[in-house]
Amino acid sequence: MTQLKFLDQPPRFLFFTGKGGVGKTSLACATAITLADAGQRVLLVSTDPASNVGQVFGMTIGNKVTSITAVPGLAALEIDPQAAAQVYRDRIVNPVRGVLPDTVVKGIEEQLSGACTTEIAAFDEFTALLVDSALTADYDHIIFDTAPTGHTIRLLQLPGAWSDFLAEGKGDASCLGPLAGLEKQRAQYQAAVDALADSQRTRLVLVARAQQATLREVARTHEELAAIGLTKQFLVINGLFPQTETAQDPLATAIFQREQNALAAIPEVLGQLPCDHIVLKPFNLVGLTALRKLLVDDQSVESSNEFTHTAIPFPSLSKLTDEIAKDGCGLIMLMGKGGVGKTTLAAAIAVNLAHRGLPVHLTTSDPAAHLSETLSGTMDNLLVDRIDPHVETERYRQRVLETKGSHLDAQGRALLEEDLRSPCTEEIAVFQAFSRIIREAGKKFVVMDTAPTGHTLLLLDATGAYHREVIKQMDPSIVHYSTPMMQLKNPKQTKILLATLAETTPVLEAASLQADLRRAGIEPWAWVINNSVAATTVHSPLLCQRASNELADIKTVSTMHAKRYAVVQLLQEEPVGVQKLLELSQTCIEKSA
Amino acid sequence: MTTIQIFDPASCCSSGVCGSDVDQELVGFSADVDWAKQQGAAIERFNLAQQPMAFADNSTVKAFLERSGAEALPLILVDGEVALAGRYPNRGELARWTGAAVEAEAEESSCCGGCC
Repeated sequence: MTQLKFLDQPPRFLFFTGKGGVGKTSLACATAITLADAGQRVLLVSTDPASNVGQVFGMTIGNKVTSITAVPGLAALEIDPQAAAQVYRDRIVNPVRGVLPDTVVKGIEEQLSGACTTEIAAFDEFTALLVDSALTADYDHIIFDTAPTGHTIRLLQLPGAWSDFLAEGKGDASCLGPLAGLEKQRAQYQAAVDALADSQRTRLVLVARAQQATLREVARTHEELAAIGLTKQFLVINGLFPQTETAQDPLATAIFQREQNALAAIPEVLGQLPCDHIVLKPFNLVGLTALRKLLVDDQSVESSNEFTHTAIPFPSLSKLTDEIAKDGCGLIMLMGKGGVGKTTLAAAIAVNLAHRGLPVHLTTSDPAAHLSETLSGTMDNLLVDRIDPHVETERYRQRVLETKGSHLDAQGRALLEEDLRSPCTEEIAVFQAFSRIIREAGKKFVVMDTAPTGHTLLLLDATGAYHREVIKQMDPSIVHYSTPMMQLKNPKQTKILLATLAETTPVLEAASLQADLRRAGIEPWAWVINNSVAATTVHSPLLCQRASNELADIKTVSTMHAKRYAVVQLLQEEPVGVQKLLELSQTCIEKSA
Repeated sequence: MTTIQIFDPASCCSSGVCGSDVDQELVGFSADVDWAKQQGAAIERFNLAQQPMAFADNSTVKAFLERSGAEALPLILVDGEVALAGRYPNRGELARWTGAAVEAEAEESSCCGGCC
């Protein structure tokens, strides 16, 4: 067994960070078991909303420290960030329910439903674990399957954010507003932030897959967290496809080659970090036996290379597009977490519609600009343009700082600048840019690779309460008038497609985006499951295993989440250009039982 | 001493940057509040999203919300009585309520700077 670098003389706190679905929780579990097996006393903390730590150890854990009977020395704790945020909301809202008017109470709840509230509430939960206390005294190591974002840590470090706000519980305070209802003291947050930045105590493990986009994102996380003092960072490339699997399977060969290319072109800042490679395993990472094998370099494959397909239909993207085409025009928005292929899917739908002779305007926020460049001017009926999220956000930020921050003192300005780095700001800036194009959707198809979250829509709508007043007072015979929100709620005018992968965490993330949209009164029109191995023909035992794992997730989507859906197969190469994109939507094999 | 209470509308950040647009009025008003505090004024701010109990516990504020809704905020009470609603006070108004001298601004706010 080769010694993994991130496991070499680990400090007290270990954080695993990376985007959903890269295997943070599995790695955290396997690390905890390894250290406990070596005689250390370990506490494993999971904040994964899809936490399967309990399932992994075959017991119920929940929001209290629970000893894992099967592993001496190991205890675990699950923090559900959504539940933490809900507890916080209830504490604020329940006392005034039925006391203040219902509409007022609803408005308060929405203000407290943003991503910042969730993140701060989760951070509040684990500050207690980062400071010395009776709770943590019993453990040599505390392992987290997540890490706070740079935005949260920077806010907590700004002196301006604290000015008599938390001390007195009133006054004004930026994105830290959610902390108003939390009882921890400034000293405790300060101690938690200090512990994070102390390389003697804290090690950050960046978890990534060997994919270019993912590695770029991890490089950004690395730089952001290093800038605020978390310099002790390690990199783990998880789920690497082994060369031994490539024999006689073209798809396996293509995957292997693509991953090797991504590794060869790894961003320079990441290349300097101590790095471990963990090979993709042919088994599910559930149960002690499986987890103990995750960190061991064992190439023995005992699985079969049979993949039997059960009776789940795999409708093609082209079939969905048939239905979209019927309406003749409208707004089509792809929504989903980063890395699920929204840009490619949006392009495939746009090309498919244009191919039918329908006028289409495709707008992408594709950071690489690769796709928009290859498509521009190559097809009749298709207009392509691109909105650069960084440029839009920067423009918005500068405008706000120049116009509205000009009278602020240094502390106030620092706080405003940090607020402007919140994820909401980027979303709003990009949405404002997109909304210029949305209006065209009455005459043709407008296809976009992004969509605002329900929370953003509700906030935008709240500021647009004026529009509702206008409508109330209008002559009912004038029916043409509509607000952007009304346009988004009408499925004839707007179809939102949720993009996901056939894996547990991405499906859960998409389901939570759907719940958020429903809160805003918007029903997603369809789901698209991208990069499916089950929708291809494979021989490699590893891929067969992955294909059968996917079936459970595809079934969940088709029976529990989606009104209609499509499955798009994993391709040997990135679909670039009109022809490849057309094939993407059409070639999905219509397997039946 | 005079107490000024500001009842703000619900917002997750006082600057409003998380909303669709930053409210210039809010940014400016925060600066004015700082100024008035330095003059020794007693000013409290309550945000509907963060301290709704302060709204529910005060019968004047509660009645205001029932009658006019959250859209009509902010509401400003001076010693418990409604002094202003629907907009934020300017520096001159804050000075008037607290009796603070507004030397620099006095010239603009009175018709002739004291001659009449």
